[in-house]
Amino acid sequence: MDFLIMNDYGPGILSILMLLPLAGGFVLFFISEEERQKYWTLGVTILTAVVSLPLYFKFDPTTHKYQFAEHHAWIPSLNVYYTLGIDGISLLLVLMTTLLMPLCVLCSWNYIKTRVRTFLFLLLLIEASMLGVFMALDFVFFYVVWEATLIPMFLLIGIWGGDRKIYASIKFFLYTLAGSVMMLVAIIALYFNTDPHTFSIPLMMGQDYSSTFQMWVFIAFFLAFAIKVPMFPFHTWLPAAHVQAPTAGSVILASVLLKMGTYGFLRFCMPITPEASVTFAPFLLWLSIAGILYGGFTALAQSDMKKLIAYSSVGHMGFVTLGIFVFNTIGMEGAILQMINHGITTGALFLCVGMIYERTHTRELHLNAGIGKYMPVYVTFLTFFSLSSLAFPGTNSFIGEFMILAGAFADTKLIAACAIPGAILAAAYMLRMLQKLIWGGTNNPSHIGLSDLNAREIITLTPLLLLVFWIGFGPKPFLNVMHASVANLLEQVNGIQSGAASLAQVILP
Amino acid sequence: MEVIISSKPLIAMLCALTGAVLVSLSGRNPNIRESWSVAAAACMFAVIGSMVPEVMVGNVFKYQVFDILPGLSLTFRSDAFSMIFAFVASFLWIVTAFYSMGYMRSLEEHAQTRFNTCFALSLFGAIGVAFADNLFTLYLFYEVVSICTYPLVAHHQDEEGYSGARKYIVYLTTTAKGLLLPAMILIYVLTGSLDFADNIHTGIFPADVSSGLVIILFICCIIGFAKNGIMPVHNWLPGAMVAPTPVSALLHAVAVVKVGVFSTTRVMLYVFGTDQMGALGLGTATLYLASFTIIMASIIALTKDNLKARLAYSTVSQLSYIILGVAMLTPSGIDGGLVHIANHAFSKITLFFCAGAIYVATHKKNISEMSGLGKTMPWTFTAFGIASLSMIGAPPVAGFVTKWKLLVGAMEMPAHSIAILLVLLSSTLLNAAYFAPVTYKAFLGKRPEGEPYEGIKEAPLSMVIPLMIAAVISVIIGIWPDFIMTFVNLVSK
Repeated sequence: MDFLIMNDYGPGILSILMLLPLAGGFVLFFISEEERQKYWTLGVTILTAVVSLPLYFKFDPTTHKYQFAEHHAWIPSLNVYYTLGIDGISLLLVLMTTLLMPLCVLCSWNYIKTRVRTFLFLLLLIEASMLGVFMALDFVFFYVVWEATLIPMFLLIGIWGGDRKIYASIKFFLYTLAGSVMMLVAIIALYFNTDPHTFSIPLMMGQDYSSTFQMWVFIAFFLAFAIKVPMFPFHTWLPAAHVQAPTAGSVILASVLLKMGTYGFLRFCMPITPEASVTFAPFLLWLSIAGILYGGFTALAQSDMKKLIAYSSVGHMGFVTLGIFVFNTIGMEGAILQMINHGITTGALFLCVGMIYERTHTRELHLNAGIGKYMPVYVTFLTFFSLSSLAFPGTNSFIGEFMILAGAFADTKLIAACAIPGAILAAAYMLRMLQKLIWGGTNNPSHIGLSDLNAREIITLTPLLLLVFWIGFGPKPFLNVMHASVANLLEQVNGIQSGAASLAQVILP
Repeated sequence: MEVIISSKPLIAMLCALTGAVLVSLSGRNPNIRESWSVAAAACMFAVIGSMVPEVMVGNVFKYQVFDILPGLSLTFRSDAFSMIFAFVASFLWIVTAFYSMGYMRSLEEHAQTRFNTCFALSLFGAIGVAFADNLFTLYLFYEVVSICTYPLVAHHQDEEGYSGARKYIVYLTTTAKGLLLPAMILIYVLTGSLDFADNIHTGIFPADVSSGLVIILFICCIIGFAKNGIMPVHNWLPGAMVAPTPVSALLHAVAVVKVGVFSTTRVMLYVFGTDQMGALGLGTATLYLASFTIIMASIIALTKDNLKARLAYSTVSQLSYIILGVAMLTPSGIDGGLVHIANHAFSKITLFFCAGAIYVATHKKNISEMSGLGKTMPWTFTAFGIASLSMIGAPPVAGFVTKWKLLVGAMEMPAHSIAILLVLLSSTLLNAAYFAPVTYKAFLGKRPEGEPYEGIKEAPLSMVIPLMIAAVISVIIGIWPDFIMTFVNLVSK
């Protein structure tokens, strides 16, 4: 267990982070008044965020080992342990999750009118399980929390969703479940191929699996994660789910749940099956390009704001997978940063859409045309977040995209050049949306009486806006924590890279 | 050369930014709002002016604001090259602030607060470009200018305004995202840094970079800075003429297009360097592209009856003089190109001011309807005549200095001299052919039938005085070009 740095900071801080929202959720059932339930949930999520902050300051960026680790026996007869720990890849994801949850509570304040208690409980439940996903170092526990994120999200969409909520929630559930089942098979296969048998994720890395075995495991993992990301062509559940989900659901879905897919690639595919990762990398790169272009073109054609942002996510996540599979430091660090950026920016954009929907009860661009005149504060926020989404220089996404493309140019110029139209498309669909909302055309629908943002909404958006510019101009505090882990990960992969057989040699004996 | 670490370049920009915020907050009271504009412009000019003495002796101001990634930072520099643009732009902002007050109030335009806010923001971007110390900073403020000028171009919010503005933003963002962004990233990958060189000769590429790649990057940069109006990416410029005239004046004579040519020449000289451009034949290729633009745009200008459209095509043509001069890669050529940034600014802004004054006084946009107006609007048309002379390149107006330097530069070139001389001469004739008739007919022609003289008088003084000031300065820098030439010589030496 030398890959763990045991936690010496308080009693099991990672466990506490998971238990806080869980316990807070159960307390909800003893609070009768709705208003108090909201304040309680807000308090719990803020407390969780505050407790998570010391993770950053106590984090040792010089090592790739898993820190704040906890290791307890769970089901010894099956070799199942309760192992938690975070490294430079998961730290920022944990922090982003805890930061976003209070905002999700705030944005649901007036939006959710029915079954408030259940809604808030599900929010807290999903927070606990998402944190578990990013902290788990034992595959059984990982699988449990991975699946545990599905059910609250299924219910969030299915109960508080829009007109086609049942269709969307079932589609979401079936797609991701299909992926998860593949992953379960891969996990069990891995268990029996390790010696001694283990479910410990770090122990599974660096084992000498055969090429063919790696390929199959990779394919199973790939399906699970590619659906989650979602990579083209596994993305069709995403727009449906986003459009129907309530605002908080969309934010969680876009900002955190999608990242579980790319996190999976980084945490499992690359270190556990490095040879297969290298073999399949060209295909994943081209799939990323396809996603970038497809997401961009489709977003350009949307008239529903939520759909537009949902398809833009397909494009943006394409950039993330592009950065991951070029296998160099700048690309991979850019990809991890872009995961955070996408969480911040797209989360904020979904919040913005929710705010306008609460007022005009429509997400159609032409029905919301010209609101800029009546909601100047709102469109100011929207402008900055849209600029961030199109990777305007000086915003967070620019740094991420810049690093990813630099990584791609350093690897294969052709692939990088193919991703450039995606950047143009991002500008096109975002500016188109902005133009429609702020200006509209010569005969806009009447918006007289539309109120601008209130204090609660401004408080919801401000932290995200600060992060947009903080990462845009000073990304070093965010990049510094990932250097060691990324270097270690690349070592695991690139050690293999030179000796890896080409795909043709593997499948054609 | 001495490097002075000072936040003055940043402060100059913050003047414009603060001005924009204050303007947007004081929309209720137009007088206070406009005085913020003027105050911001004056402060900015003062801060920039305070750097002039140091820069004139060859010193450079530098200030790093953010260190973002290794080799990538938000850094400002104020050297002789940036001063050519920054000094002129900040001065003309003051003049334009007065002029636009007169124009917008005379026509009772709507949304003046938004207009003035975006105006200040555009200047913020333009000065940011002037003071950029690396490609990232340059790109950032280049994009800021694109975004902040959109509301100005679409100001009238009618079908024409929206379609002009759409064309504007599509041209500018597509080229910036599609060509500049990859070029910038590739330069970063190849050199590990985006900082400009500190002289115009060496460039920043290490010797082992393949020349094919450098040529591709060069093309990306020349076309990518589409604000430079070089053909084939010039079409946004005539489209953007739907904007109110002060916008056309400041933005399309000073800020936007000058941001384009300034960026282009900055990158040509400080990223690629004259040595490499010469060795790869990039200078020659650019010469012919610019020559083509000069001649074609002049010919198109001949066919335009709308005064602002003719001025727009004249701008396309004149901007390419600047690129042409720099692409000659000879000291006099570079001098001639760079000094034209200032010369063209003063003269072209005079012409646009005049077009706006004519429109306010008579509501006429077409040249054919302006004959005979010289008698009732003598000041405006005199200024127009002076500025036309500058465009043509006749002494003693500013444009003459440019032409002189360019001709000398062309003769200094080891090859292609004759071709470029012919281009310069024929474009001079073309300039005369499309500018001279305007003034000539205004003073010597008769009013068209059914168009009376009565009731036409000069535009308000707040418009006429700024346009006269700009015209007089055009003459002054034609007779005493030393001030601007000091900066230009520091660059090319």
